[in-house]
Parts: sequence; C-alpha cells; structure tokens
Amino acid sequence: MFYRLLSVVRRPRSSQGWQKWSSARSGASAAKAHSVALPAQAQVVICGGGIMGTSVAYHLSKMGWKDIVLLEQGRLAAGSTRFCAGILSTARHLTIEQKMADYSNKLYHQLEQETGIHTGYIRTGSIFLAQTQDRLISLKRINSRLNVIGIPSEIISPKKVAELHPLLNVHDLVGAMHVPEDAVVSSADVALALASAASQNGVQIYDRTSILHVMVRKGQVTGVETDKGQIQCHYFVNCAGQWAYELGLSNEEPVSIPLHACEHFYLLTRPWETPLQSNAPTIVDADGRIYIRNWQGGILSGGFEKNPKPIFTEGKNQLEIQNLQEDWDHFEPLLSSLLRRMPELETLEIMKLVNCPETFTPDMRCIMGESPSVRGYFVLVGMNSAGLSFGGGAGRYLAEWMVHGYPSESVWELDLKRFGALQSSRTFLRHRVMEVMPLLYDLKVPRWDFQTGRQLRTSPLYDRLDAQGARWMEKHGFERPKYFVPPDKDLLALEQSKTFYKPDWFEIVESEVKCCKEAVCVIDMSSFTKFEITSTGDQALEILQYLFSNDLDVPVGHIVHTGMLNEGGGYENDCSIARLSKRSFFMISPTDQQVHCWAWLKKYMPEDSNLILEDVTWKYTALNLIGPRAVDVLSELSYAPMTPDHFPSLFCKEMSVGYANGIRVMSMTHTGEPGFMLYIPIEYALHVYNEVMSVGQKYGIRNAGYYALRSLRIEKFFAFWGQDLNTLTTPLECGRESRVKLDKGMDFIGRDALLQQKQNGVYKRLTMFILDDHDTDLDLWPWWGEPIYRNGQYVGKTTSSAYGYTLERHVCLGFVHNFSEDTGEEQVVTADFINRGEYEIDIAGHRFQAKAKLYPVTSLFTHKRRKDDVELSDLHGK
Amino acid sequence: MSSTVSYWIFNSARNSIATLQGGQRLYSRYASNRIKSKWRLFPQGPVTLKNNASCGGIALQKAFRHTSTEEDDFHLPLSPEQVNEVLRAGESAHKILDLVSGVPSSVLRFESNQLAANFPVEDRGGVAACLQTNGLMFGVFDGHGGHACAQAVSERLFYYVAVSLMSQQTLEQMEGAMESMKPLLPILQWLKHPGDSIYKDVTSVHLDHLRVYWQELLNLHMEMGLNIEEALMYSFQRLDSDISLEIQAALEDEMTRNLSLQVAFSGATACMAHVDGVHLHVANAGDCRAILGVQEDNGMWSCLPLTRDHNAWNPTELSRLKREHPESEHRTIIMDNRLLGVLMPCRAFGDVQLKWSKELQRSVLERGFDTEALNIYQFTPPHYYTPPYLTARPEVTYHRLRPQDKFLVLASDGLWDVLGNEDVVRLVVEHLAEVCRHKPDLAQRPANLGLMQSLLLQRKAQGLHATDQNAATRLIRYAIGSNEYGEMEPERLSAMLTLPEDLARMYRDDISVTVVYFNSDSIGSSYKGS
Repeated sequence: MFYRLLSVVRRPRSSQGWQKWSSARSGASAAKAHSVALPAQAQVVICGGGIMGTSVAYHLSKMGWKDIVLLEQGRLAAGSTRFCAGILSTARHLTIEQKMADYSNKLYHQLEQETGIHTGYIRTGSIFLAQTQDRLISLKRINSRLNVIGIPSEIISPKKVAELHPLLNVHDLVGAMHVPEDAVVSSADVALALASAASQNGVQIYDRTSILHVMVRKGQVTGVETDKGQIQCHYFVNCAGQWAYELGLSNEEPVSIPLHACEHFYLLTRPWETPLQSNAPTIVDADGRIYIRNWQGGILSGGFEKNPKPIFTEGKNQLEIQNLQEDWDHFEPLLSSLLRRMPELETLEIMKLVNCPETFTPDMRCIMGESPSVRGYFVLVGMNSAGLSFGGGAGRYLAEWMVHGYPSESVWELDLKRFGALQSSRTFLRHRVMEVMPLLYDLKVPRWDFQTGRQLRTSPLYDRLDAQGARWMEKHGFERPKYFVPPDKDLLALEQSKTFYKPDWFEIVESEVKCCKEAVCVIDMSSFTKFEITSTGDQALEILQYLFSNDLDVPVGHIVHTGMLNEGGGYENDCSIARLSKRSFFMISPTDQQVHCWAWLKKYMPEDSNLILEDVTWKYTALNLIGPRAVDVLSELSYAPMTPDHFPSLFCKEMSVGYANGIRVMSMTHTGEPGFMLYIPIEYALHVYNEVMSVGQKYGIRNAGYYALRSLRIEKFFAFWGQDLNTLTTPLECGRESRVKLDKGMDFIGRDALLQQKQNGVYKRLTMFILDDHDTDLDLWPWWGEPIYRNGQYVGKTTSSAYGYTLERHVCLGFVHNFSEDTGEEQVVTADFINRGEYEIDIAGHRFQAKAKLYPVTSLFTHKRRKDDVELSDLHGK
Repeated sequence: MSSTVSYWIFNSARNSIATLQGGQRLYSRYASNRIKSKWRLFPQGPVTLKNNASCGGIALQKAFRHTSTEEDDFHLPLSPEQVNEVLRAGESAHKILDLVSGVPSSVLRFESNQLAANFPVEDRGGVAACLQTNGLMFGVFDGHGGHACAQAVSERLFYYVAVSLMSQQTLEQMEGAMESMKPLLPILQWLKHPGDSIYKDVTSVHLDHLRVYWQELLNLHMEMGLNIEEALMYSFQRLDSDISLEIQAALEDEMTRNLSLQVAFSGATACMAHVDGVHLHVANAGDCRAILGVQEDNGMWSCLPLTRDHNAWNPTELSRLKREHPESEHRTIIMDNRLLGVLMPCRAFGDVQLKWSKELQRSVLERGFDTEALNIYQFTPPHYYTPPYLTARPEVTYHRLRPQDKFLVLASDGLWDVLGNEDVVRLVVEHLAEVCRHKPDLAQRPANLGLMQSLLLQRKAQGLHATDQNAATRLIRYAIGSNEYGEMEPERLSAMLTLPEDLARMYRDDISVTVVYFNSDSIGSSYKGS
C-alpha cells in the first residue's frame, strides 16, 4: 500500500506548482488502485482523503490504533484541500480554535522532517489590518488571548506595517496585529505527508473508492458499503467535506450534519517584476474583506464577499470538484479592495481566478464528535474556510475522542451534538450560510444574533410578546426575548448598534432588572429542554441516582439541582430535577442540551420497557415570574397561599392558575431572586399569560427578557453550563460541594474522581470578579474570554460577564488557576490563594482592577429558603 | 422558498429606508385583473370575486406575521441589490456533465427558479435522471388548496415513471432486493429535489405502494417495459389512484393518515418532460405549460407549444367533459369558467372532492379528522351528480428533437398568466444573447489587474453585471415587473416583491420556471448517424 502512495508523493521537485501536479500524478496512482481488493474488515473506516481524513488517520495510528482504512472517492487531497489557499493562521476568536491552529502549526512545521515530504512550510507571519477603531479593539482582544496561551503576537502601528510589507498602502489604517509565527504551507502536500506517515504506521489507503452508505445495526456502526464491496468496521469517521451532509443522510438511520457549501474565489498572479519574497507576511484586511499571501513570486488573494453564492444545495454526485466557472464580476469588489491596499500591483499579470467551494456551518464553528444516534459514527467537517489551520489540532482531538472516549480539551462549542435534526433543512442551511460566510470578516461584537433561519421554534406567546416590543435572540432554533423596547423608545438600527462599549439597551434592561427586584416580571423561558422519566418500579430513581451526583431520593415535590457528570467528574449537563411522584421525574436542562442530554441518557439507560424517557420540551410553555410580588400574583390566581411557609423554595406543585388546571409551579427562578417557574401545557399558555398580566397589573408586572435574567444570575454568581461550566469542570471547582452527595449510599458516575479531588484539592476555581475602576459609560465592556491576572501573573480567563445593576459594577465569572512560577505546572488552588491576590482583568489590552469573591454578596439574600439547599442554580441562559 | 431571506432583507430595509410615497397606488393599479385563486370557496355568482379576496385572503391568514394590517408602513422600496437577492434566492442551475455511453447528452444544462406568492409556496419543481434507463425528467407541479398534493406528486411521480420504464429484468432485480431486504438499485438521481421529505414513515408507505405497482408491471410480462408514452400515461393515473386509495384504506398512524388526507383533498396540476436522446415526451395534466424555443435556419425564433392548457378556454376539453357527463349537466359542468364553478384547471391530481361520490367523501371524513386543523376544504359543489368530474390522465405529446430546437421552458400558470409564449421565447433569447455579451472575453482577457479592474468597474457602471445569470430568474423578473406595455418598471418590481404575505397572492401567483437547454451538436450528430 505504501509504495503506491509514495509514487503519488515522489514527484519531481521541479514541477512544484500544484496546478501542474494534478496531471503529473494522475497517471501514476490510478492504474494500480483498481487491482487492489478492499479488506473485509477493519477497526476504523475513514471517509475522505483530504486534510481532515488524513489528519485523523495520522493521529489514530500515532496513538497506537491499528487496522485503519482510509477511503477517498477521487484522489488523495484533491477536493477543497487541493484548492486551499494554504494560509495557516492562529488568530481565532475561540480559545479552542486558537489551540487547534497552534498545534497544527507545530505539527506541520516538523512534518517535513518526520516524513521527508516537502510541505512548502514557510513561517511568514501574518498581519491583520484594522481600518477602524472597532476592528482594532477586536484585534486587541484576540491579541491578549493569544499571548496568554503562548502564541507571540503584538499590536503594531501602521508605520511598522509598512516596514514589514513595503507594498502595502497604510494611510487608512489605525493599527494592526502582527502574528510572527503564522505560516504558509501547501495544504495538499501536508495531507499527502500525513497520509504517508499514517501509511507507514499501518493505515491502509484506497483512492477511487466511494462509500455508498454506512451500515448500522441497533444504533451501532457495523460497516460501510462501497462501490467496491463491503467493509465491516466498528468505527466510521465522516470527513467527507462538502459531501458530508449527504453521506450522513444516506444511512438508514440518518445522521444530521448541518453544513452547506459556498463558492469561494481567489486570484493567482504571475510573479512580480522583482519577485515577492517567499517569506513576505500574509495580510488579512478584514475591513476590505480580503486576504493576500505571497505565491511563487506573485500573490494569491481572495476574500469573503458580502453576497456569497451558495452551491450544491441539491447535492451533487461528482467525484471531485469540477472546474467551476470563474465570475470576475462577482470578484470585482475584492479586486478593487486588493488594489486599494496594494496600488502598485496594477501591472501584475493575472494567471487565474480560482473558484473553490468551501463549506460553512450554521454557527461558523466546525463540527466534530460522535453522532448522537449512531454509536461509532464520528464526524469531522465544516471548517468554514479554516480547514488547514484546524486540520492538525482537530484531527488530534477527534482521535483522542475515539481512543480515550473524550478529547483532552472541552470541545462542546464544536460538538456535533450542539445541533439537532432541526438545523438540517436544505433551505435553512442555504439561507444561513449566505449570512455566515460574510460574517467571517465582519466585526464580531458581543451579543450579535443571526438574522437568517429565524422563527423556527417559537413559544405560543411569540406574537403577543412581539407586539409588546420584544427583541429576539435565538438558541437552538428557539426564539427567546432579549428585552422589551418600550413604545416611546427607539433603538438604533441593527448595523449601528454593534459596539464593544455600552449598548443602547442599557437603560431598558436596567428598568427590567429593577422591576424584578422591586415588583414582578415575567420572562418566557419555554426554550428549556424538558424530559420526563417514569418507570413502573424504582428503575427511574435507580438510574438517575447513578447518573446524577446529587441525592434524588427526596420526598415527592422537591426540586434538586444536580450535575450529570462524566467519569472525570466534569459536567456533561447541569439541570434541575423535580420529583413529581415516587416513580416519575421532571428534568429541566439548558436549551442546547436537547440532543446531547438525550444521547447521554439513552447511552446509560437500560433497555427496559418499564422505564420511559420522554422529551416533553414542546409540551410545556415556561413562564418565569421573578420578583417579590410574584407571590401575590400567584396566590391571587390560585386561591392558595404561596408564602414561603406554605411553599418553600425549591418545591414543585401541580395547581390551577386562573381557569387552567395542572400547571406545574416551581419555587425557583434560576436567578436567586424570589419567584416561581410555571410549566404550562401549551394550550393554556395564552390564558395563563393573560391572567398573570391582568392580575399582575396592580403589582406593577412587566415583561422582561434574557438580558435582565443574565444580569441577575451573574450578579448572584450563578454559573451556566455551556459557558462557565463544561465537561472538564467539576462541581468542586465551582463551589458546589453541596450538590454532590458522595455518601448517598450508592455509586454514581464521576464519584471516584470527585472523591480523589476532594482529597487532593482542586486545580482551578470558579471565581466572581467585580470590576472596580471600570467606567461603564466610557470603558470597553467585558464579554468573555478576557485574561485574568493575579498579582501580575496570568491565572485564567473569564467565562461570562454582565453589568450588575444592584452592585452598579461589572461582574465577570472566570476560573483561577495556580501556575507554578518555576515550572508552569498547575498547583492546588485554595480559598486562601484566591483571597490573597490582587486581581486585574485584561479587556482588549487594558487592565482593570477587580475584586475576587468565592461566594455571592450575601447581603442580597433576603428570601427565606429551605435550610440546607440554597438555590444556587444556574440553569440560566440555557 | 425565499420567505426567510426576504424577511431578512425587509427588516434591514425597514431599518434604513424612508417610506416610499405612493406605494399603495402601485398595488391598486394591478389589483383588479389579478385576483385569482384556483379554488373558490363560495361559488354563488358574480360577486364572489370580492368575497374571495376578503375571506380567503386576509381573514384566513391573519395569524401570520407581517400581514398588511400590522405593517401599514411596510411599503419600502428595495434597492436593486435587494431585489436581486429576493429574486435569486430560489435559483438553481445545473450542467449535465456526463456522457451517456459515450454520446454527449442532448441536454446541455437547465436553470430553474421559483417565487412564492402563497406562504408556504404551493408550487413544486423537480429534475431527476433515471438511473436504470436513460433519460432526464423535468417537472413542474402547481398545487392548489395547500401544498400537500404538489409536494407528494413532485416527490413520487418520477419514481412511478422510472419504474414504468424499467425492463422486466430490472424489475425482477428490484423485487428480489426487496424480498431479501437488500439495498435497492438506485432508481433516480435528483438533480433538483423538490424539497425535503418531511415524514420518513410516510415515505416507507409510498415505497410499499410503488412496489405493488412494479409487481403488477412484472405480472404483465413485458420484456422491454412500457414505451414512454404508455409509461407517462399509466404513471400519472396510477399515482393519482394511489393517492386516492391511500386515504380510503385504514391507516394506523395518525400522522400518515392526516398527511394522506391533506394530499387527497388538495390538488396539483402537473407538467413533465422526459428527454432521452432526441426523443422528447411531454405529459401534461392541468394548466402548466411547456414550450419549445425554435431557431429556424434563417435565424428567426419561433415558439412551439407542446401542451394544451386543460381549462375552460380549451374547446377540446369542454367537449371531453360534455362527452363524459349526461346532457342535463352540460350547462353546469363549467360555470364562470371553472369546473363546476369552483376549479380552474379541469385535470389535476388529488382534489377528491371532484372525484369521489358524496357518500365516499362523507364516509372518509366521518372517520374523525380534524378537518379545520388540517385546512381541508370540506364541501360539495352544487350540481354534483356524476363524479368523477376531474381526472389526472395526462395528454402526452411526442416531439423528435431537431438541431433547431434550442430550449424548453416548463412553467406553472403563474408565468403564463402574465407572459405569452412568444414573450417567453423572446426573453430567453435575449437572455442568451446578453449572457454571451456580458461574459468578459476570456480569450482577450486584460492581462493585468489594473486593466481588469477598470473593465469590471466599467461593466458595473453600465449595470451589466447585474443581469441575471439564470434565464428562469429573468422570466420571473419580467413576469412581475413589466407594465401593460411589456416594459420593465423597477418601482413596480420592488412593490410586487414587498407585498405583505397575505396580499401577495392577490397580485401574483406562485411562479416556477425551468428552462432546459439542448445540445444542438449532439442532436445534429444523431441525425447524421441515422
């Protein structure tokens, strides 16, 4: 097998330009491919011989897995990988993406040495230009995050830019970021080098072999059917790039992989009179929507235009990307932008305008992980034009995931399970990617929302709330109110409201928060994922006791906040569970847990017809009545006393509200404020809402949205799964010992890890920071991901933040680590360590003093609570 | 199809642009002649047109967002770019790449587009290649009384045709695979899928019925399968009778049952073309239309209609109806230019209200359907004595393609109501000429970046780049944007596109267009060969 591959790779160095080697190679590899028969079985079958597939194969074989087969329908590295512009850039918005790119950079750097295959790796560095102050702020934020994970970068002046790249016009720039270790590389050669190394480690590679569909039995991958026969296998990895969506749907049990391709154009030129240095830095001019790199003495320049052209909506069965048409008219804005940036290039000769489709995902993040419905079906696709940068790191994480059962970093933001079948309509994808592609170079400001693919899932109250001025955000397809614009107030247009400073809704949310504190507000929170677990005997209790860390054997009517932990003690999910009866439980989890939590429960629940798990999300509308007067509203509507003596905190009762019977009333608000959650069967939703609003009038009731909720919960130090908490965070690390019952009389998942942690101490600790010298009106607002400094040393990053209207200060939540000054190793974090530090938060390069707190400011608690279980929840934000 | 995108665009327009004075006036000008709906609910006489507008249009759809009443100040002009975005949201184009057994395919490429007036849109279109026999199929399906029937027909009809064309041997293989639970031979390759199948369970029921059909074909013991004309004829009628039988049979699953009911009680007209080499067959039932654009040797263009509309203006259809029903009904079959005073086309899939006996309708509906929730028109038209009044039997036309046949246009009646056959051919021809002219000449491409940029900017200034790349888009643009004299009026186009959802249907119908281009060289060579 390997000799065949090498024949592909060992082409004469002289014909280096890739536009030539497609012809140079094809003869060599094609002939032999047909004669080789496929193996009858394998441990792993990987579909796709691009950079993703080869990287997964490389890492799996490195980790010692044998018996891996990689199938490619055309030739190796012939799809988007071949057309890739070859820019490796570590300046990403998400930390996990920065880490993947950083690892890729290091991997590709040593690949030539490891394999002897020339990869064209040149460390050119890259320069990100800012034409506006807002862009510069965005770059500064990235800059401070790159530095703390050890990637050198700095903010430089326009003058310095001109020194680094003399051809650039810098007159309209306000600054730039320089990342000196970024590189350019030939992505096809990288893929071939990875394939060759994998092949040396025993991976068998077959090209010109198409997978027809994946065979599944009892929810488990059993093999693949190809055009050359079947292969039995335990694991299947879908790295099929743009064809992954269709391949996913071709199973009997379809796997929904939401992505869609758009045409992407870049320009190749002939060499400049004095050929450009091969180490000339790569330029990204996001405000001009273009990137420029040196290419064989000339340049390669493309971009992400405002009006992308989606393609392959119907799906296509071509082997490789055919020569798509060039579209010069479409490219004109990018060309003009290029010539504005480098006016001297006017005389540069055109070689080609390349049209290479790229895939995009609904939220601009790549997709990896195991399918929630088919065990052993892994996915690594949807790179949003950053496949080369992510290839190495993403391949490694996926390989770790397959080998160890979980990756070494939390990758929830990239997990396939953040999507469900609801994101897989072709129309939705087509419309959404038309918005996503321009966003790659748009300014990323806090709290932006997608505008396309909206109004998919809504509460029955949607129209009522909309008519009252609701502004909406979307989570997992569900519309949720952000805040309510009063009739006499006008807000800025969408485009103008983008800011890193104080937003225009500040006063609106302030009045909503005030109303929650002093009177009563109602928030529609129907998007929460709601499951019901019932059994004929004690099965439900038993399985829940095993899956959750808190003790669920509580009297009927109690609500328990608890984590669903993994073996390492980390949060897979954070939820509230109400015991409805001896044998049935009602479970409330964050909105985007719908797929993940379901898959997790299904994985551990025994096949038992007496144990029923039902997703009742769509059956209930949830209203959150927050505020001191919620008691009055509800007792007036139900003719039942609702005072804390009769209805203490964290209780659940079915009662009637207005004319409607069977409303589940729970005394919790996910904010720490007094009040109630009402779970209302949807047909009663409008009735109950109307009743609440009309009775509530005399108590000053008003609508509120999630921004108010967010401010309330962060001020009370309520952490939130998916942002503050993830699969690598344990309850002990966020001060939730009270929610773990290590001695509840039976084992539960993660117990051993927690026991050990209890003994050894924690290595990071969720801490609340109150910004001291921060001027809300004039200073940049914190968002999340800002580095935290303790006594001048970097100790961690923030995970979320909000303005606390009671404290009149900004509040950030974040993790504090204790890195040893000598070795950099992580050490135990004690309360003392936290309390004895002087803290600063770095917002876009400016450090603000902050006070660290391990517990919420207690004077805020006034409400009477059940003694042992203060509602320190969280579900929030969900 | 385009509603999400247009919603997005409207929102941004709403935020940025001032109100256009006189927007209202623009609508009212066209209101009088465009109020049309294929189904009429209250067929009691001449006043019904107004009735229909207020009851059927606004009142029923109040629940939708962005209705006219909520958004009084909604008439904002769209910028030309926004107009383009709305129009092009539904575009698709496909080049036929493969060589069919060494011979270049007679079809070069096709372009299609769709613009909705109903929300959700009731038109469907599909293109697929038969994998077990040669041939490409193009279809346009125009639903009425809901989209359920059009969706079902668009998803299923091609399968029926493909199966009808299979040889005995292929059918045996299919049956064998089915029996041994092995994967089936692929039947179709969709080049343009009519839409996502919503209910998986239903699809398996459909497959079962398709299987019954091929089993019956197997029993006919015809080695070579049916000829194309018979295949089209049988497939249409077979699918329609399956649709009708599926709801009469007791179905277990409630969702399948409700869906089948919606399919049977809504309707769809269908027009499809089957192209295999030089053999072009067109089957039509209803008022969609297919025409050929022909360029004579002298360069003159003409149009060759391949279908006849099945409606009250077609004398052949009138006499067919009179022949099929007793003389006493001759005055009541067509009233007000509608079949029994209610339906515009007189051939269609579904619409069992006009096919079943009253007793059958009653007995099916009495099985406890929530007809209101399912949005079913539950009524018997007056003078309903001798059903069926409606048939899905198609009229099949055969045409042997000649080198002068350049393109085929298939479209729903939303297009033909506003554009004549000659207009359509003229527009496509203009489109072809423009596309040629506007492509930068690659042979003499400017050598350097500066020259290229100035050329592109020049073209931009002339507005050349804004022309549609897709002939179907151009047809739709002219269909809704040209005035009484056939001139393009940008204000009108923008006004028609910003119509609130509940009003749109009164000014325009759903429009679906597919333009198929033929490869004259390959057609010509097959003439030389024979």
